[in-house]
Amino acid sequence: MKTFNYHSAKDVKEASKLASSNSAFLAGGMTTIPSMKLGLASYKDIIDIKRIKKLSGIKISGKTVTIGATTKHSEVASSKDVKKAIPSLAALAEGIGDPQVRNRGTIGGSIANNDPAADYPSACIALNATIHTNNRSIDAEKFFRGMFETCLKSTEVIEAIEFSIPQKSSYQKLPNPASRYAIIGVYVAKHKTGINVGITGAKSCVYNDKDLAGALTKNFSSSAIDSVKISSSGMNSDIHASSDYRANMVKAFAKKAVDAC
Amino acid sequence: MKKIAIEVNGKKVSKEIQDHTTLSGLLRDILNLTGTHIGCDTSQCGACVVHVDGKSIKSCTALAADLDGSKVTTIEGLASNGKLHPMQEAFKKMHGLQCGFCTPGMVMSAVDLLKNKKNPSDQEIRDWLEGNICRCTGYHNIVAAVKEAASKM
Repeated sequence: MKTFNYHSAKDVKEASKLASSNSAFLAGGMTTIPSMKLGLASYKDIIDIKRIKKLSGIKISGKTVTIGATTKHSEVASSKDVKKAIPSLAALAEGIGDPQVRNRGTIGGSIANNDPAADYPSACIALNATIHTNNRSIDAEKFFRGMFETCLKSTEVIEAIEFSIPQKSSYQKLPNPASRYAIIGVYVAKHKTGINVGITGAKSCVYNDKDLAGALTKNFSSSAIDSVKISSSGMNSDIHASSDYRANMVKAFAKKAVDAC
Repeated sequence: MKKIAIEVNGKKVSKEIQDHTTLSGLLRDILNLTGTHIGCDTSQCGACVVHVDGKSIKSCTALAADLDGSKVTTIEGLASNGKLHPMQEAFKKMHGLQCGFCTPGMVMSAVDLLKNKKNPSDQEIRDWLEGNICRCTGYHNIVAAVKEAASKM
């Protein structure tokens, strides 16, 4: 790993001030550190935000669950409040990586990295999340831009993610058996205001499948999905799964998710 | 360079380290605690699992600079007064290892499991050890060893 200057920021203001186009914020480091070791990334400055107290924790209000950016996957998975308000979100966190990754990895790190096969981005889409940064509040649909790309600026720090509590929801994924990343993952959520179907792993970036959401709006049952055509065009194709297989699995796992709601 | 003070296996340690030194590097290269193994070095194989402030983590993917003030337990810290920890005894008794490379991480991970679940089922053990890869045993005897330890602890 190439060397860098390590900084531990005491507050968000300091973290943002230290940041540049040649720096990275460090939360759990579950992607950043291996990426630096593999030579896929290098930075002049690593700005650790883990010790900033206000970035961690879970708050429930009447209609939303707000999770601080540096809250660990294991904390979300075991939170009684999250299990009660949005059980599918706690279950998603429990399915990320392995126990040691869940003991370090954070929700803010996951969405800032926007890995096309990460789990949390689909939750942000399905649960109408608002991403609060030190500058602004961003709708999830606008936040995720493309493969490993978000609308965040280099000095912008995610502070918290606010999820709407749905009437019903379920996240179902076909995990890669080695990494537990999603080969495909489907997050179905029924809100008073409408239905979202967040899909991860299938394309270069998470998306809300409007065709599936439309069919489920008319009839919220897994049989309603039978008639929806899922095109494999634009879907990922790799040693784990072809694009046709992924398209088929999107349908199968969407049905599974609806049945589990 | 950064100066850090941590506690390793109950002993206070104060060292000057490079900013990019990982915890596994600090343990192995600076403190000569080579029981913590490095396999993949990218947090997939679990050979480097240690406990930090009571929780199991992969030490290859934690910066030492960020652990200032932490308490670390490695495989060397499990035995007390020359007596193996019940998990180590169980791995020996049930033949839960062959080449032994993954064993320190397996043992540290399994000890963390039993802190939270006193009597895990086979499935719970297998799920928990998802991040610990063994290429010799086929896991069967590892699961048996964890069950054996659970019955003794």
